[in-house]
Amino acid sequence: MSRKQRIEEKIQEALQPMYLDVVDESYMHAVPPDAESHFKVLVVSETFIDVPLVERHRRLNGLLDGELRQGLHALTMHTWTPEEWHEKGGVAPESPPCQGGSQAG
Amino acid sequence: MDVLERIGEQVKSHAVVIYMKGTPQFPQCGFSMRASAALKECEVPFAYVNVLQDPEIFENLPRFADWPTFPQIYIDGELVGGCDITLELHASGDLKSMMERAAAKAEPEAD
Repeated sequence: MSRKQRIEEKIQEALQPMYLDVVDESYMHAVPPDAESHFKVLVVSETFIDVPLVERHRRLNGLLDGELRQGLHALTMHTWTPEEWHEKGGVAPESPPCQGGSQAG
Repeated sequence: MDVLERIGEQVKSHAVVIYMKGTPQFPQCGFSMRASAALKECEVPFAYVNVLQDPEIFENLPRFADWPTFPQIYIDGELVGGCDITLELHASGDLKSMMERAAAKAEPEAD
């Protein structure tokens, strides 16, 4: 199973998202083609209602702790409630271009 | 001094501090670049620690506030989050006011 599938499975199970998009963005960075190192995750879930952003991100970091210890190097997170998602018109921001520091970490 | 105490001192003694890869002038990671650029745009002075220059902090910062990735942004001694949260706070205008409040609090009281 790919890292993308594992991430999707863990989030599906824990947060029952109304919308979930997991993108492997490793190709944007100076890593081997099969690195599965840089991911962007967009989660829209009712479980985020009344939860501060920093705690939403902590939940995801916690869910993906095992992946972060095994080669998941960067995790961009957009964590919204259905209402916030609607207000934003339903698009996730573009991730930034690499500046070369991946190998150091 | 123990490294966690050293980090504790840094986040307490600076109203705003970013732990990043590289420097605001020469960021070495896209996420560090964006987060430090957002702080700069707020026009409130902030401190930075280049984690690539300090292996001890690089190794231990993730357990300081139980946050596994870089950059990390602290305002008034509290972890605000990483790049994504900093950008969201900047977009909503909250980042600048949080930084201004923290900076004002850190100013020594006038006689």
